[in-house]
Amino acid sequence: MLELRAVTAGYDQRAPVVRDFSLTVEPGEAVGLLGPSGCGKSTLARVAALLHRPDSGTLLLDGEPVRHWRHRAPREQRTAFGVVFQQPRLAADPRLRLAHLIAEPLHATGRRSEVPDRVTELAATVGLTPDLLTRRPHEVSDGQLQRACLARALVLRPRWLICDEMTAMLDASTGAALVAAVETYRSTTGAGLLAVGHDRTLLNRWCGRTVHWEALQPPRAPEASQGPSVR
Amino acid sequence: MAETAVGPKWRSYGTRRRSTRTLRVRASVTLVLVTVLAVLLVPPLVQLDQQAVDLAAKLQPPSWAHPFGTDDVGRDLLLRCVYGLRVSLLVGVTAALTATVIGTAVGAAAGALGGWADRAVMRLVDTFSSVPHLLLGIFIVAMFRPGVWPVVVSVGLTHWLSTARIVRAEVLSLRSRPYIDAALSGGASRLRIAVRHLLPAVLPQAALAAVLMVPHAMWHESALSFLGLGLPSHLASLGNLIQNARGSLLAGQWWPTLYPGLFLIVPTLAIAGLAGAWRERINPRRRSELML
Repeated sequence: MLELRAVTAGYDQRAPVVRDFSLTVEPGEAVGLLGPSGCGKSTLARVAALLHRPDSGTLLLDGEPVRHWRHRAPREQRTAFGVVFQQPRLAADPRLRLAHLIAEPLHATGRRSEVPDRVTELAATVGLTPDLLTRRPHEVSDGQLQRACLARALVLRPRWLICDEMTAMLDASTGAALVAAVETYRSTTGAGLLAVGHDRTLLNRWCGRTVHWEALQPPRAPEASQGPSVR
Repeated sequence: MAETAVGPKWRSYGTRRRSTRTLRVRASVTLVLVTVLAVLLVPPLVQLDQQAVDLAAKLQPPSWAHPFGTDDVGRDLLLRCVYGLRVSLLVGVTAALTATVIGTAVGAAAGALGGWADRAVMRLVDTFSSVPHLLLGIFIVAMFRPGVWPVVVSVGLTHWLSTARIVRAEVLSLRSRPYIDAALSGGASRLRIAVRHLLPAVLPQAALAAVLMVPHAMWHESALSFLGLGLPSHLASLGNLIQNARGSLLAGQWWPTLYPGLFLIVPTLAIAGLAGAWRERINPRRRSELML
């Protein structure tokens, strides 16, 4: 079970982006988190994936509170999460060919022998043809790159999937294909899913339970929610 | 973006190979090869003494017998230039490599570790930067007997600061990219992220800094030689040659200055052209940023 309790997080202690946020994801459950852009959804997703240390609050992983984040988190905890980011361009190392991009977590965890099988299998799952696997990120489209990023997130067979606006940069058919790949993985492995997004229709169709950001978080003071004023 | 939007125009090496880029690369490769071959092959193959003094033929303008002319004691300048390039390249390349290795290691460590380690290292860099580096170089070189290696050590130990700054800034900007988050989530250790993702990204920058450091190191070599602390003056380095020629230039004899100068500029430009092409190859999306 993945449980966030009263999490407060942000990039400045005096102005946290996420305040007192609580959310639970059961294994096998798909939870959609719906909120307007800039509200702190992505920060929350990074906290849940152990990529950002919250200012306060606890994250419980199977009942155990998480004590360390980023590099300090134990490798088994970090790799229990598969993360798909919003912008595939920024989430892919520009020097790695797609096959290496997908296989990188296997290399990093010393499971080199599984590379050929897993890459072939996952490329088929996410719909990448073999010739695309030899290209570098700047030689493929956003949709193709996001497919590779999803394959990379799945390669270690994570127990939790965090999809941060996974389909926001994609056209409808690619988005649908990726959602279908995630759902297939979830139904076969029983992994839990936290899907973050602002597309109400998509999240309602995709996830068993959709929570609204405003319902979990008290509305902010107007000057804080507007950001830097243009006028 | 739709998936049909993939075309050869984003390929680093497309179908049109006859672009100015590859022409530049070819010219650079040729010049670098010529330089290296000249430096390596001329001394053993041409059995002429570069130190041979012929006072009857002093300060002769370029001719068939002496294509680059002769200097103020009648030594053949073409031969002196080749020997000079040999010494100067050795000093320049070795010193630049030393400085770049130190700078990259320090900068990458500071950027990747962050926190107090970063602050301590960067204050150290500031402290070193506050001393004029020629002064520091003189201090280091004065501790040894004149020769090639003290000059290399002196230039290497005083020129890693800017490389360290560049590499640290680059690492800091890379560290917060989502692909580093993705690597973390994929179980990569600190070391693996540094070696696999951060270092390859800063390597072209560091290599470029190294190439641009080569002429700088050559100038420092000549400055130290001028002060009597660097290379012994009988050793033909390009710096020594240009220094020796200063008097003749005022008397209207241009060749003892021009040819060593060309020998300094042309190989440097060629190596810089190669470095630029290498960077394009490694990180094609930043192609437009650097056109040397």
